[in-house]
Amino acid sequence: MADTAVTLTTLNWRALVAKAIIALVGFGFLYLVWGLYMLGEPVFAVVAFAIGAVGVSFFWSPRFYKLRFVYPGIAAVFLFIFLPVVYTSAIGFTNFGARNLLSIERVQAYHLSLTQTDAGSKRPFALVAEGDGFRIYLPQNAGKPALLTGVISGVNVTGDIHSGDAPETLPVKSAIKNRAMLATLTITTLDGDLTMAGLRDFAASAPIYTIGPEGALTTADGTVMRPDHDIGLYVKDDGETVAPGWRVGVGFDNFTKVLSAKGIREPMFKVFIWTVVFAGISMVTTFSLGLALAVILEWKHMAMRNLYRVLLILPYAVPGFISMLVFRGLFNQNFGEINLILSTLFNISPDWFTSPYLAKVMLLIVNTWLGYPYMMLLAAGFLQAVPRDLYKAAALEGSGALRTFFSITLPQILPPFVPLLIANFAFNFNNVVLILLLTRGGPDMPGTLVTVGSTDLLGSFTFRLAFQSSGQDFGMAGAISTLIFIVTGLIAYINFKAMQNYANKKGAGHNG
Amino acid sequence: MVEDKKSLLWKKLLAHGFMITFIVVIMFPFLMVLSISFREGNFSTGSLFPERPTLEHWSLAFGIPYERANGTIIEPPFPVMLWLWNSIKIGLVASAGILLLSTTSAYAFARMKFRGKTAMLDTLLIVQMFPAALTVIATYAIFDALGQVVPFLAIDNHPALILTYLSAITLHIWTIKGYFETIDPAIDKAAQIDGATPWQAFRYIFLPLSMPILAIVFVLAFIFLVNEYPVASVLLRQTDKMTLAVGARQYLYEQKYLWGDFAAAAILSGLPITALFLVSQRFLISGLSDGSVKG
Repeated sequence: MADTAVTLTTLNWRALVAKAIIALVGFGFLYLVWGLYMLGEPVFAVVAFAIGAVGVSFFWSPRFYKLRFVYPGIAAVFLFIFLPVVYTSAIGFTNFGARNLLSIERVQAYHLSLTQTDAGSKRPFALVAEGDGFRIYLPQNAGKPALLTGVISGVNVTGDIHSGDAPETLPVKSAIKNRAMLATLTITTLDGDLTMAGLRDFAASAPIYTIGPEGALTTADGTVMRPDHDIGLYVKDDGETVAPGWRVGVGFDNFTKVLSAKGIREPMFKVFIWTVVFAGISMVTTFSLGLALAVILEWKHMAMRNLYRVLLILPYAVPGFISMLVFRGLFNQNFGEINLILSTLFNISPDWFTSPYLAKVMLLIVNTWLGYPYMMLLAAGFLQAVPRDLYKAAALEGSGALRTFFSITLPQILPPFVPLLIANFAFNFNNVVLILLLTRGGPDMPGTLVTVGSTDLLGSFTFRLAFQSSGQDFGMAGAISTLIFIVTGLIAYINFKAMQNYANKKGAGHNG
Repeated sequence: MVEDKKSLLWKKLLAHGFMITFIVVIMFPFLMVLSISFREGNFSTGSLFPERPTLEHWSLAFGIPYERANGTIIEPPFPVMLWLWNSIKIGLVASAGILLLSTTSAYAFARMKFRGKTAMLDTLLIVQMFPAALTVIATYAIFDALGQVVPFLAIDNHPALILTYLSAITLHIWTIKGYFETIDPAIDKAAQIDGATPWQAFRYIFLPLSMPILAIVFVLAFIFLVNEYPVASVLLRQTDKMTLAVGARQYLYEQKYLWGDFAAAAILSGLPITALFLVSQRFLISGLSDGSVKG
């Protein structure tokens, strides 16, 4: 009896703590939702609310007990893989980019915060030392009386009329030294507020624009600029646009540009072809090399197999980013070690980074070096599964090594390899890191509208378009990403079908 | 099987000859980097073996200022050890998180019946193919917004990166699920009869039984994360926040080409990860064949 009572109380107590924690998490999410909403990110607020609400209900109600096990993982995948894919595609339908970065409210606020100095109100100034602090002295100027402020503290100070002798002022040097402090300072005077206008003057300033109906901004001289909601920019009456702009939807504009604009379409097509060629050749070279090595290592007469195996795995064991950067240095045209050897032995020194053709060859060499051990490891595993009887039969028939390989080994290990080869193709199709670290896309193709390198893969081209080129164009990058997602999705689906196919066949084989 | 002794000898010689030549070619970059790390200056000076070996680059890689013979003191160009520490810290925490999320999910997928299970599993397999490098704009936007509400998750903070990395569980779920399915269902039946909840069965039976596969997943996740470049390069901007993968790139800019310093830093930082991989490679191979590809 006593035992059960104790267990019950501990159980209740633990359940209570659990509920309290869930409630706390729930409140945390509410705070997040509220914060995101106030920030002007309604989409993220809705997502955060959904994630939080579903999570809390799953962990609160025993009805969803099973789903508690999968929910955190699925939520992470949803938030950081699925949502970004959808969001990136959505950006493809906007003009989001360096020129159209903000929301319209922020753009308006920016224009309204711009001020210009009123030249007539300019007054020279000098600092006056006062203990550890400073006063500012504005001498008599253009009929305005001399002013002396109190000791500066904070960002506001009042200037009072100063009669009598000018105080002892400090040289301009000290104004330079205290520039940061002075730049934030406002001096209140009878003639209005003065702010710093250069190292020698304080002056009154007024906003350039005043806002009118429908967001139109008017300057003091009567020029009007109106917001154009189709292009996300303010436009003057003479057609001149004024940056910064804001994000607006542009429909399929980015897609049309990518697929039809001269100067983009052609290089894009070349990049696409190269991406496919790169992924295809990489797959073939790594697979054949890896398989060949695995077969040799499998040979029972081979001594020192374990030593060879470890040494052969090394390129895979070393972190990829280090190897790629090492090759970037070794292939360097002027002081790289590869050209050093080539010029000593053959008196040639290929320009690996400036010739588009050689740059591509270099990428394939490096990618083969990086990728063959993975294939070798896989092949070694699959070779183990080939029935020994087949080899015995072949030997009895007097079949040679090559013939045995092509008529027994290859047909036996290819079916399980197919999904892995497709996955490898997809991986290399999007092998952005290799390009970014080794060639950075270069050498650039001549005469294109956007920066395109001749070794760029679709992915690295897009990454550079969004993050490294001078005029960051997220909209265009989003559009191209969407196209890549479609291709990748297709490959993934084919891969998935191939895996299912293989699993079914294997299953059928076992049954029959 | 009878084989001609002489032809066998030729074959052996050929095989060993091929292997040794191949390995020499493959090892060339490693040997070069080792030699460069002891060479004077940051440019190649024409010899493959350093004539006057110096410890300058190694000293700088360890973060110790180096005094040259003529008295000039060279300050370390980058905080390599800090980057290595950042990489290890982020890798360990995120891998632990990945392990937690993928084991619980895998358990449910292997042992429980619920609606949409097959669809979820298939989606996971397809979703993992999408390149993170292309969705970084969105990832950046998410954390830009989150950071303004919760400063802890702002850009340039490691928790933001760790949280993103938790999504790298898709393949691991499949791997662990495969392992769980080999555990005899009679065991959970017995536990159920004794009154264990599914969580207790998972915690006290499945987890202890699957330690080997959990170790594999942990190491694979760790190696993948330490190598990850695109997401880290966008979320970490300040030099002292960077991971090794992001920071190492700074050595080889055309304007500032620190080849020698890079060589020492590369060996120093690559060694622990390489060693980890080689020590665990026997166990990793089974994990690899489940279709994961290292980046």
